Amino acid sequence: MLWEVDVTLTDPAADHAARDVVNGAAELELPGCGSARTSAGWLIEGDVCRTDVERIAATLLADPVTESFVVDEVGAAPLCSGPAGLTTVVHVLPRPGVTDPAGLTAQQAIALLGHPGTTVRSLRKYWLPAMAADAAARLARKLLANEAIHDVVVGPLPLRSLAGGRSWEFCRETVPLEGLDDAALARLSRERCLALSAVELRAVRDHFRSLGRDPLEIELETIAQTWSEHCCHKTLSSPVDHVGPAGPVRYDNLLKETVFAATRKIRESLGARDWCVSVFRDNSGVVRFDGDNDICIKVETHNHPSAIEPYGGAATGLGGVIRDVLGTGLGAKPIANLDVFCVAPPDTPAADVPPGVIPPRRLLQGVVAGVRDYGNRMGIPTIAGAVAHDSGYLGNPLVFCGTVGIMPRGNAEAAVQPGDLVVVAGGRTGRDGIHGATFSSIELSSESESQSGGAVQIGHAIHEKMLTDFVLEASRQRLFNAITDCGAGGLSSAVGEMGATLGAEVDLDRVPLKYAGLSATEAWISEAQERMVLAVAPADWEKLAQVAADEGVEAVAIGTFTGTGRLLLRWQGQVAGELDCHFLHEGRPKQRLQSRHVPQPAAAARWSKAAGDAHALADTLLHVLGLPDVASKEWIIRQYDHEVQGASVLKPLLGPGAGPADGTVIRGVLGRGRGIALGVGLRHRLGRLDPYQMAAGGIVEAIANVVAAGADPDQIALLDNFCWGDTRREESLGTLVEACRACHDMALAFNAPFVSGKDSLNNVFAWTDASGVAREISIPPTLLATALGQVADVTQAVSPDLKQAGNRLAVIGTSWPDTAGSQLEVAAVVAGGRVPSVDAAACRAAWRALASARSAGVVQGCHDVSDGGLLTAVAEMTIAGGLGARLELAKVPFSAGDDAAETPVRDLAVAFGETPGRFVCEVRDADADRFAPLMEGVPWAWIGAVVPETVLTIVPTSGVPQTVGVDRLAAAWRGVAGGGV
Amino acid sequence: MLAPRALVLRAPGTNCDHETAHAFERAGGIARRVHVRALAERPAIADDCQILCIPGGFSYGDDIASGRIFALELKTRLSDALFRFRDRGGLLLGICNGFQVLLQTGLLLADPASGAPLATLAHNRSGRFIDRWVRLRALPGPCVFLKGLGDFELPIAHGEGRFVTCSAAALAAFEAAGQLPLRYAAGTNPNGAAADVAGASDPSGRILGLMPHPERFIDATQHPAWQGRLDPHAAGSGLALFVNAVKAVS
Repeated sequence: MLWEVDVTLTDPAADHAARDVVNGAAELELPGCGSARTSAGWLIEGDVCRTDVERIAATLLADPVTESFVVDEVGAAPLCSGPAGLTTVVHVLPRPGVTDPAGLTAQQAIALLGHPGTTVRSLRKYWLPAMAADAAARLARKLLANEAIHDVVVGPLPLRSLAGGRSWEFCRETVPLEGLDDAALARLSRERCLALSAVELRAVRDHFRSLGRDPLEIELETIAQTWSEHCCHKTLSSPVDHVGPAGPVRYDNLLKETVFAATRKIRESLGARDWCVSVFRDNSGVVRFDGDNDICIKVETHNHPSAIEPYGGAATGLGGVIRDVLGTGLGAKPIANLDVFCVAPPDTPAADVPPGVIPPRRLLQGVVAGVRDYGNRMGIPTIAGAVAHDSGYLGNPLVFCGTVGIMPRGNAEAAVQPGDLVVVAGGRTGRDGIHGATFSSIELSSESESQSGGAVQIGHAIHEKMLTDFVLEASRQRLFNAITDCGAGGLSSAVGEMGATLGAEVDLDRVPLKYAGLSATEAWISEAQERMVLAVAPADWEKLAQVAADEGVEAVAIGTFTGTGRLLLRWQGQVAGELDCHFLHEGRPKQRLQSRHVPQPAAAARWSKAAGDAHALADTLLHVLGLPDVASKEWIIRQYDHEVQGASVLKPLLGPGAGPADGTVIRGVLGRGRGIALGVGLRHRLGRLDPYQMAAGGIVEAIANVVAAGADPDQIALLDNFCWGDTRREESLGTLVEACRACHDMALAFNAPFVSGKDSLNNVFAWTDASGVAREISIPPTLLATALGQVADVTQAVSPDLKQAGNRLAVIGTSWPDTAGSQLEVAAVVAGGRVPSVDAAACRAAWRALASARSAGVVQGCHDVSDGGLLTAVAEMTIAGGLGARLELAKVPFSAGDDAAETPVRDLAVAFGETPGRFVCEVRDADADRFAPLMEGVPWAWIGAVVPETVLTIVPTSGVPQTVGVDRLAAAWRGVAGGGV
Repeated sequence: MLAPRALVLRAPGTNCDHETAHAFERAGGIARRVHVRALAERPAIADDCQILCIPGGFSYGDDIASGRIFALELKTRLSDALFRFRDRGGLLLGICNGFQVLLQTGLLLADPASGAPLATLAHNRSGRFIDRWVRLRALPGPCVFLKGLGDFELPIAHGEGRFVTCSAAALAAFEAAGQLPLRYAAGTNPNGAAADVAGASDPSGRILGLMPHPERFIDATQHPAWQGRLDPHAAGSGLALFVNAVKAVS
């Protein structure tokens, strides 16, 4: 019997989901939805009678204080009669095979109540005013459901059973490659979603020709996963002939000769003082922390899945990077998360949104909710992040998720031993995310949503939390020799990587399945979430299995790492496929790529008429504070638990006025003083203007954030995340090469090694518009730089909020009229101008001077100058501290460059120019004489003071001072986006 | 005399157990993190403990409602052990998810005859999870944990923290009996809780459930505006709850 339980809040005012429906319908101008109610529905199938189900509803599913419930057979009339006046019922339920966390949880709890063996699925029910079925279905698709993962049913549910599929019958499918020309090979790649080039498929064909046969489907799939851009970074590690502003350069391996090379040189120069532990080879980069512990960090992207299903894409992106940290060395404990989103502006007109694209506001809400629900459930504080806007992100939003971990020293080294068992632990395997690795390497199109629905994954955070508890306990007891996460490519990548030299035998029929019917290939390449693969010595297996049982985690031995150098896949004892590991990991043909970068000539600044207004500085400030990149992200930050684990020292919102932090700081170990600082830098608005300066500026911003917060500038670890358009085009690849060069140069200049990184290429969205014209949008070249700093004593950390009236304000660093790509340009006060450019030597000198002043205890507050420039930075300090300030622009060290800028344009450039590498410091009057000598050799000046009135006074070079209340600044900064908390 | 022992009871999805154990240790106790599965197998583990704490988190994912399944597990497998623990004078503290669990097990604010819960914690009025600092007012009465506390600050971090009772009469009765000893300061109620209730206790004052997180303010440096305003080496106000508990059973 298939039962349904509907649970409804008795107080309509508490039904916030209904409120969201009404508001959402109004926003999307969907008619006829002036009122609504919602219910949580549960489908329960199994050996249970009505009385049983009523008891389950009363004790488990409904709250006796706030909710009522209805129990009946699915489709029965009482389940279709809603509150008065709401005669349309819409059911939204996870599509078969899509992970249903609530249903799984309920299923387990029902077993606890004495009914093992039931099957449960959750659904949402919406009660709406009378409307035609097709109108209701249209509304549901736009507002209530995402067809990539949901089924929508208007009216009674036609379901009779939840029964899953039948077992798969073993068979071997051969894929003939012999006799196919390049065009046919390319078609085969496309049809099978392999993302392999004709050249690569020819290599595969030749390999199998030498074996006297064609490949089996499972073998070809394994190769496609292993050779995917996602898994082996084939573009970045390619040989490249580059022609750039500095002349032609020939790389044999782009990444190795730029980013990796810088790290190697730095480590060599540090010699015995090298504080890197494990870089660019494990799932995350590991560095020394204190005498007992190392720390590690990884940042990943999950762009394509998030474009199609923002909530699930972002959640599983975070879940994946958490597992990267958990799967580093012998396991690290995740202690902090960061999240950065690049999206189209929230006010993008609906008419400009191409078909198949989720509008940016809804997309941002979805990714925020995904990170919130996954990160909060994991109990890992989300402490850092950013949101950047550009119309180029319309079809390809970027979702970066990062995790920091801590591990006992010595845990970074791990090695699989021949004879170790292949153990898969955690969630069960379903069809989730099949072809995720290859899908992420293909460009999106308006059909992607329907073509690649199977590539969308839904996370189940509680499984990952249990898996984490299990792995950390097993690690403490040293019960495994190596571990890695099941990410892109699923088991094929995880087992393939761990057994890359030894080889392995795997019995795929032993992989625990969510439901019957998966083929051997599907079980092998599924990207079902929340799974890890461990290499376990047979002698430790029993103990490991006990730890798993204690934590309620399923762990199954599915094979052995052999030492034969071959990957042997079996199904119920029969060979399902067999591959040579050497060919799999080394056989990919490398293609020499051509790239070219022609710098754009600088465009002279063109100032708007408004620039001449008497009150231009104050008016522009209020405008800039409300721009999406600058405005408060409080509506996001407060949905994230940023304080769990109890280690936070500098939070993302600081001071009595809850202003924005630069870097955030946490203690590494509770009760100890040493801290970890985290900062991100993103200068995406320069990507199209000057990719080198885009990358360099992002790196400077990330480091400046952590140095401002109190990190030692001589021990900064960096991460790169390259997100690019179609790098098969010479000029696009050229900008990528320029960014790699910047990474190399900046790392060396700052002695800050890159320790890990990732890339996401082909972020191009193609569609045919209403008039039949083929169109495409590419993202701007985007490098996200992440800085991991260390704070010797967290009680010495520095926050940006103004502390005390009477204190002085100093600026460190020279300002230039750097207006190109600035927020001033977004505000349409100026167009063009000098591209903000990094003076690396000056930056490093400033960081060291700042660090010495901080050590001397003479810095009361410090804020890094970034988006919106100097005046925005000072305004943020007033908002955070709830105090006013007086700022004299004539005193700011300024170099006009080639343009002999005149007031008032000069003052706007000083106030809002975005020259990297500057800070505003708050210093006690009594400490002024101690501060000054510590700035020796660095351009700096006293530029103002903290005042008791809550007013910001801006004194122009000439003319009347302009004033604006701190309350107005705060209101402007909080005004945009999200709708408050 | 041995230091008092606190058992920090965790379930799948509990995620504040480490810092809560750390807070008890900072207060002079000895804390032990125990999985509910292990306690169900050997309830005697609790016998040498004087304090039992259910910390924050998303037990069993909170996919149905917060704390629901953890409470169900305690009721079905550990009911006797818990009531025995209470009856021999043990202290019980439920923080955030733990508060939600205590209400649903019938240990706190339940109908004395049927054991049915008379209060619950519903979704925040905003419909959203929220992490922020709140001002609180303690009205300790007999509540062991809140002794000596008046106005103070703590962070909250929850999606389901809106205190609701089954009737206005029940609310009045709890209020009259001094069972609602922790309130959000007037005008700062973050979630729409009835009577600004942030925490509730049993009539004896030896069981306390609260939504704010005292373990997240045991050091001054955990405050969002500590810099230049608080001594970074000082304790935070939340430590007092743990010190009070440890002292009460010493």
